[in-house]
Amino acid sequence: MGLQSSIALTHLTSRRRQTLVSLSCVVLGVAFFLAVSSLMSGSERDFLKRLVDNSAHITVSDEFRSAAVQPAALRWADGAVHISHVKPKTETRGIRGYRQKLAFVESLPGLRAAPMLVGSAVLTFAGREHGVTLSGIVPSKMKNVSTIEEKTVAGSLDALSANPNGIVIGKGLADKFGLWLGSTVSVTAPSGVNRPMKVVGVFRMGNASVDETQTFTLLKRAQMLLERPNRVNRFVIQLTDPYQARVVAQRIERAVGYKSLSWIEASEDFLSLLLIRRIIMYSVVSAILIVASFGIYNTLSTIVMEKTRDIAILKSMGFHSRDIRRIFLIEGVIIGLIGSAVGVACGLGLMRVLASIQFKIPGVTETQHLPLDWSVTQYALAAAFALISCIAASYLPARRAGRLHPVDILRGAA
Amino acid sequence: MSAVLSAAGVVRRLSGEVPVTLVDGVNLDIERGEFVCIMGPSGSGKSSLLYLLGLLDVPTAGRVLLDGDDTSRYGEDELANRRLEKLGFIFQFHFLLAEFTVMENVLLPMRRLGKLSDDSARTRARELLERFGIGAQSAKRPHQLSGGERQRVAIARALANEPLVILADEPTGNLDSVSSANVRQILRGLTRETATTVVAVTHDGSFAAAADRRIGIVDGKIDNAWRPG
Ligand SMILES: Nc1ncnc2c1ncn2[C@@H]1O[C@H](COP(=O)(O)OP(=O)(O)O)[C@@H](O)[C@H]1O
Ligand SMILES: [Mg+2]
Repeated sequence: MGLQSSIALTHLTSRRRQTLVSLSCVVLGVAFFLAVSSLMSGSERDFLKRLVDNSAHITVSDEFRSAAVQPAALRWADGAVHISHVKPKTETRGIRGYRQKLAFVESLPGLRAAPMLVGSAVLTFAGREHGVTLSGIVPSKMKNVSTIEEKTVAGSLDALSANPNGIVIGKGLADKFGLWLGSTVSVTAPSGVNRPMKVVGVFRMGNASVDETQTFTLLKRAQMLLERPNRVNRFVIQLTDPYQARVVAQRIERAVGYKSLSWIEASEDFLSLLLIRRIIMYSVVSAILIVASFGIYNTLSTIVMEKTRDIAILKSMGFHSRDIRRIFLIEGVIIGLIGSAVGVACGLGLMRVLASIQFKIPGVTETQHLPLDWSVTQYALAAAFALISCIAASYLPARRAGRLHPVDILRGAA
Repeated sequence: MSAVLSAAGVVRRLSGEVPVTLVDGVNLDIERGEFVCIMGPSGSGKSSLLYLLGLLDVPTAGRVLLDGDDTSRYGEDELANRRLEKLGFIFQFHFLLAEFTVMENVLLPMRRLGKLSDDSARTRARELLERFGIGAQSAKRPHQLSGGERQRVAIARALANEPLVILADEPTGNLDSVSSANVRQILRGLTRETATTVVAVTHDGSFAAAADRRIGIVDGKIDNAWRPG
């Protein structure tokens, strides 16, 4: 052990009670920091997981981010061209040349894509009408990009392939109209085209509006009903790494030209809310450690005052100011290291207790547990923060000790 | 013989509301192996002069030369290095570190200097302690020792790095007559056997009588006519 460390250690042991008090402040701080931070981070992950699992990572739609530039403005790009009262050319809706574009998207690594044609329709059964969203899908592809297959409570998505007039509806709608597998409903498109369809699957996503208004049918059938042959108006894309969504979406948008919306962009307001939550949480738990560092400051200041004579001896012997400063910084580091180690252990205990708490949410059958983040980052964060506040707290006493002049002390003592 | 420690026109003044002159133009040459006593009335500036000679304090004017080196050009760290390598201090009160054993106290300067291996440093410390008749106490803490024993530990510690000069401020001021005689003999012996130079401030008449030279200080100035009494 180094000379300075051994002196530091004797200082701490000579003031055992005060050292223990500062140490327990750090331990408490680290333990609470760890438990709260892991709970916060865990719930954030849980929330993000739900968000990521239940929404498309990227949606390419048949829209553009900005209105088309007028030919005249293109022709005289530098001119003071102002065009008013123009009506843009009527666009045929849908993604043009979707097959090549889908093939391009599918050629990108780490993603799965499915084409969709989304429109609205009116569903009629036993004299009652209900407006729904009719999505034309390719079942084999759709299964890769959504959780609908797992959420199907009766029938299946694949049954659509076997029955071109099949429709898959939500549990909410099924309950409302008293429908079940095999029931026949009449589907009317905005154009007036009307066709009887048979319920071949029922899903339950857990979201009331989705369960009441979302319906699926074969892409071909939807194209016919909505009178948009060979068209789709949406690609739904799932990524292996959802956090790449923003980058991949930008890349797709640049290549395909249509608006590609990543889940990150779509839920920006939620994400900024999470950030605020994180700031609040860290300010609260940091406050505990700041209080702890006042304790350390107090302990070390007392030790410096008590040990002025020792400091004078060491300096007269030939110790540099730097050596003396280092002795007291090491004392802060020792408290920080031991405090973090014991604090992490206590924090783990606290996390165990939190993890064992069970509760039930009405309407959900399984018991829930608090989501906790057990990752190493949490421990490292708590320990690092404790160490930094300990060093900061010992800095002022250490500097004061380093500046003490041996002659002043010798004169006082002689 | 050339001077190992010299003061040339050394002045130490404290600036304040009432400026105080502690040391007022001292010229002094101390030879190698010399045993010098500084005497004078209380408050005459003896300790202040010793701090200046020991590079603990810096003169307001004048220069202190150690081993032929003008120390006025050195910064704080350089002065600390000279103290570590070439000087040893003994004070009236023993000034040992209370939490360390006798052995560890003697090891401190050697560990700070880092020239000797751990083993050689221990061997040297043991030799020093045995030489002063306290080899058996090496595992004890300072508070378990008598005043005379503590002062001998302080001498051992001051000698740890084989200094050129030992500076002592009333080393027997707090000791009984037997211990005083013991300390006096040790310091006297050092100058004869190892050519270590000793500069000691003292009020002790028999201590002063053993010295090679006595220097009187009155009001911060050298006054060799001064006699105790
Ligand atoms: N910090 C100080 N402020 C004012 N006066 C001081 C200070 N330190 C020492 N003195 C005075 O300087 C004089 C010399 O002190 P000192 O060198 O300790 O004398 P000695 O060791 O001969 O008794 C004394 O009169 C003492 O009171
Ligand atoms: Mg004095």
